[in-house]
Formats: sequence, C-alpha cells, structure tokens
Amino acid sequence: MSGFLVFEDVAKHYGPIKAVDGCSLEVARGEFYSLLGPSGCGKTTLLRMVAGFEQPDRGRILLDGKDLSDLPPNRRKVNTIFQNYALFPHLTVYENIAFGLRVARRPAAEVRAEVDRMLALIQMEDQAHKRPDQISGGQKQRVAIARALINKPQVLLLDEPLAALDLKLRQRMLIELDLIHDEVGITFLYVTHDQGEAMSLSDHIAVMNAGKIEQIGTPTEIYEAPRTSFVAAFIGDTNFFEGTVRETLDGDYVRLAVEGLPDLVCFNDKRIPPGGRVYLSVRPEKLRITREPPTPDPRRNAIETTVEDVVYLGSHTRYWARIGEYRLAVQQQHSRYLLDEKPIVWKERAWVSWHADDGFMLEQYRESDEALMSLPPAEDAGEAAAKPEKRVW
Amino acid sequence: MKRSRLPALTTLLLLVFFYLPIAVLIVNSFNASRFGGAWEGFTLDWYARLFRERSVWLAVRNTALIAVGATLASVILGTLAAFALHRFDTRLQRAHYLLMYAPLVVPDLLMGISLLLFFVAAGFRLGLFTVFLAHTTFCISYVAMVVLARLQDFDESLLEAARDLGADAWTATRRVLLPLLAPGIAAGGLLAFTLSIDDFVITFFVSGPGSTTLPVRIYSMIKHSRHLPMINALSAILMIVTFGAAWASRRIGERNAA
Repeated sequence: MSGFLVFEDVAKHYGPIKAVDGCSLEVARGEFYSLLGPSGCGKTTLLRMVAGFEQPDRGRILLDGKDLSDLPPNRRKVNTIFQNYALFPHLTVYENIAFGLRVARRPAAEVRAEVDRMLALIQMEDQAHKRPDQISGGQKQRVAIARALINKPQVLLLDEPLAALDLKLRQRMLIELDLIHDEVGITFLYVTHDQGEAMSLSDHIAVMNAGKIEQIGTPTEIYEAPRTSFVAAFIGDTNFFEGTVRETLDGDYVRLAVEGLPDLVCFNDKRIPPGGRVYLSVRPEKLRITREPPTPDPRRNAIETTVEDVVYLGSHTRYWARIGEYRLAVQQQHSRYLLDEKPIVWKERAWVSWHADDGFMLEQYRESDEALMSLPPAEDAGEAAAKPEKRVW
Repeated sequence: MKRSRLPALTTLLLLVFFYLPIAVLIVNSFNASRFGGAWEGFTLDWYARLFRERSVWLAVRNTALIAVGATLASVILGTLAAFALHRFDTRLQRAHYLLMYAPLVVPDLLMGISLLLFFVAAGFRLGLFTVFLAHTTFCISYVAMVVLARLQDFDESLLEAARDLGADAWTATRRVLLPLLAPGIAAGGLLAFTLSIDDFVITFFVSGPGSTTLPVRIYSMIKHSRHLPMINALSAILMIVTFGAAWASRRIGERNAA
C-alpha cells in the first residue's frame, strides 16, 4: 500500500540526543492518525518535521507522493494547531482566521465569505471582533482550528491541542474535534501523551518511545494485543508476570513457570519456544476476584491471594491482591449488591483468576521497560520541556 | 481602622524634592527681578526676549535635527542589533551583548573625550554631523536593550504559526513580529529622543562651531548673568514640552494595552 503521508526511516538528532531514531509509518488519506507516547519520545519532533520547523537528518517525508524535504513551512499544504494555540494577540478573531488567505493575497470578497463560513463552523460569529485575550480557552482552541482549516490543508497537524484545557472542556473538545474531522474529511495527524484521547479519536495509533515506534495499529489492536511491554504498560493498566516458557501444550498454549506462583497457562500467539523468557501481561479488568475458588478449568489460571486494598469507585471496584512479590490490580463490577453479594474486604483471602486467552506474552525486554513494571505510567508534564529552541526567522 | 499618614507624607516629600525646585524656576521665569530671589512683579518680558534671541532658535533647530536624526538611526540599528543578539546564542554573542551594554554604564565624560579624540584622529570636522554620530552611538545601546527585553518575552511559536499559515520569513516578520514589537521599539525610540535632547557632556566635546545644541547653549548663557531669567523661561518651556511628550507616550501605551 502507499500512504498519503509517508515517513521513510526518518531520524533527527540534537547533539547526542536521538529525538527521532528511524521512524517509518504511513498515514492514509482522510484518516485520524495519532502519535502517542510519553514526554520526550519524539512525537512532537516528528510532527514539526512535517510542518517544516525541523529538518530530518536522515530519511524522507512524502506527502501525496511528493518529497517535502526542501519545502519551507509556508510552501507545505499542511497546517498546525499549536499546543498553546499561538493565536496572534494583536489581531482579532476574524483577522486571525483570515491570516492565511490574506497572506495568500486572495480577493477581499472571498476572504470575507470564507472567514464567515469558518466562524459559522466554530459557532463564533458573535465573537469575531474580539481579541484572543478576551475569549476562553475552548474558544481559542476553536479559532486555532478555524485558522488552520481555512487554508484547506492536505493534513492538519495537532500538537497536544487539548493539553491546556480542563477536564470538562477537554471532553467536549474531543467530541468537537471528532465532528470536525468527519465534516471536513481532512487527514489529521494528532500528537498526544493521553491514551484516552488517542483511543477515542483515532483510526490508527503509532505508539512511540525513546524516538522509536513501538507499535502501529488500531486502538483495539494496541489495547488488546500490545506487541511490547512498553505498549502494554503505557496503554491502560496491566499486571506483569515475569516467567519462562516451560512447555508447549497442544499447539496454541504454553505452560509458564513464574517464580513464587503455580504454573500459568497462556495463549501463545507469538510462538515462543520453551525456554524463552517472557512477560505475561494481564489487564486488571480481565481478572476475576472471588471468595470461593473457581471451578477447575485447564484453560483458567487461579491464584489464592490476600486482598491488600479495596477502592470502591461506583461503577466498579479496584482491588489490590498480593501473592508473593506480586501485587495484582483487579477491576471488577459488582453484581446483585442488594441481593446476596457480600463484598470482598481488606485482608481477606480471595482467588484471582483469568482465562488463558486473556493474557498476552511479551518477549521484548529493554532497560527502559524496567521502570514500567512496578509503576503505572507517569503522568506527562507536557512535551514543551523537551522541545528544542528553534527559530524560523 | 485608622488611616496611615505615611502615603500622604511620602507624596508631600516627593513633591518637595522633585517639584519644588521646578516650581521655583517657573515662578522666577515670570519674575521681573533680574536675579530671582525677591518677587518684583509679574512680567512676560523674559519670554519675549527669549523669542527674539537668534542663538537660541539656532540651538533649538540643531537639537531637533540631531534628536530626530539620532533617534531614527538608533532605532533602526538598535532594533537590528537586538534581533541579532536574540537570534544567535554563542559565546561571541555574549561578548557582543557586553559590548552593547557597556555604553550604558561608561561615564559620559569618557565617551565624550574618546569620541572627540576619534573624530579628530579620523579627520572629521566637528559639527552637526559629529554630534549626530555621537548621539546615535550611545542611543543604539538604549534602543537595543529595550527591544531585546521585549524580544525575550516574544512567543516564537507565533512566528512558526505565521510561517505555517503561508507567510514567508519577511511577511511573518512584517505582519507578526514588528507589530508585536512596535511598543518596545517606540519606547526605545522615545528614550533615545529624550536622551539626545538633553545630552550635555558628550555634545559639549564633539560639537563644533554652528552645531551648538540647547543644553550647551543654556550652559554658556548661565555664564552671563543678564541671561539668567531667560534661562528660566527657556527651562519652563522645555518642561512643558517634555511633560507633553511623556503624557503622549503614556497615552500611546494605554491605547496599545487596551
């Protein structure tokens, strides 16, 4: 297949720091594509190379078959939504939106018609004369979108566009972004550290870490079948078991030896041979916690644990259950609370179980994954700190 | 709660220290007495004589010419210097910054003498042109520092946004950078203008026949006691012009802020 926006082995170094270390990916025309990763993983650098603010040291970026490398930012048919919106403070909302068309010296009547159309799209007709410091964060966001879209870019680049908004507003803008994408049909390249945003909006996600792409896939593929332990830990929560493949069971399953635990059964989609060292990852919502041992089943793992913490969250409860050195996160919905269920409580013995098909084995191991084994992924403070100083004039 | 007397007292002291001498000067400019001191009746005679004094008018013309010229030249050069200092960050640039900053702290006397020696060595004839050059020299530093401070607050992503929206480097500079920098450039220019108008020490060294500026002229008039009341009148007028300029610049600032 040949994509609409194609990265071919793109790399960018800042001195000894490899910001982007050989990334290849293809974005199809009209799709919503996300670059997802922690702060400093190179996703913003990749975006800025498409915009033309950075030049790749190696590799090429092709848009609709044409190499972008030698084009300055103003000659590329792409537009950017900046993290801080970068609205021009000395211009009104109207003039901000009109900027691209005026620079392109389009006839005044056309500019007026187009800006009015954009103002209607973002529902801000009555704010046209205001300056950026007189409107709210969500409105600034919408002006930034209108200002970019009026140029009819082939690709819209969005650099953490919701990071500066509060939670409620973020959720609303998320829906608006989705609607706008459906309405204009432009290719969106979306950079974020927030897996929730990426999951809910994207057709495809590229998960990045330390300048490299860890996995490319649909949100479902990324969540349900992470290829590396980094992806498994970064996207959602997960429990890791460290073990060795002991033997293969009737083709698709293996028996896994884990220190301090009885042997575990696991689906072996990656055909890992006996002796292979692996991580077994099981998401909290795939685990069941019960007071009684579950009915024996050769495809089901069951471990007796001690409940260390119980956090009631309304829609579900989160349990922390300990066995040996493992502290397992379990997420479970309640059933029939009013009838007969007696909730499991702190310090109680309880059985944690899961089906062999609900865990996935990951063989890749890297130093950087170490930190992720025990901790939930750290909250991102924003990419800004990792962004190198670069001036365009 | 009892209101503190301190603010009122501070205001009073401020008025006494700063404005009492000025008030005395203005009152004296209407005093019929030749030597000030005792009040001998109201007169506009000193103002009338001032307006008839050809040498004063010549000095006013020179001062205005030099101030306008030096302001224009230093605004252009100082702004460019600030751009250059801001854009590149190397060890050499830090040395440039120090060199640019130094004239702000070098004593005027030193500047005046060194410029004089330089002009003489270079074979310049002292006159309006050398005064203009000297004023431009020290004004550049002030303009550069004011504009540089403004540039350091400037959000670079605005230029990226302009480029992103299709503006070439020059268009982005003209439509985004310069309008946002304009208040800083104007402030620098105003500072340069006032510094040029009232500079005495440096001008004293580098001016030649026919290029006397107002401050130098006032100084030479003080030496003749018969001119003293005229100086009062002249100072009163200067004061009103200066206050007017300061008020205007504030108005411009307020309008930009709104």
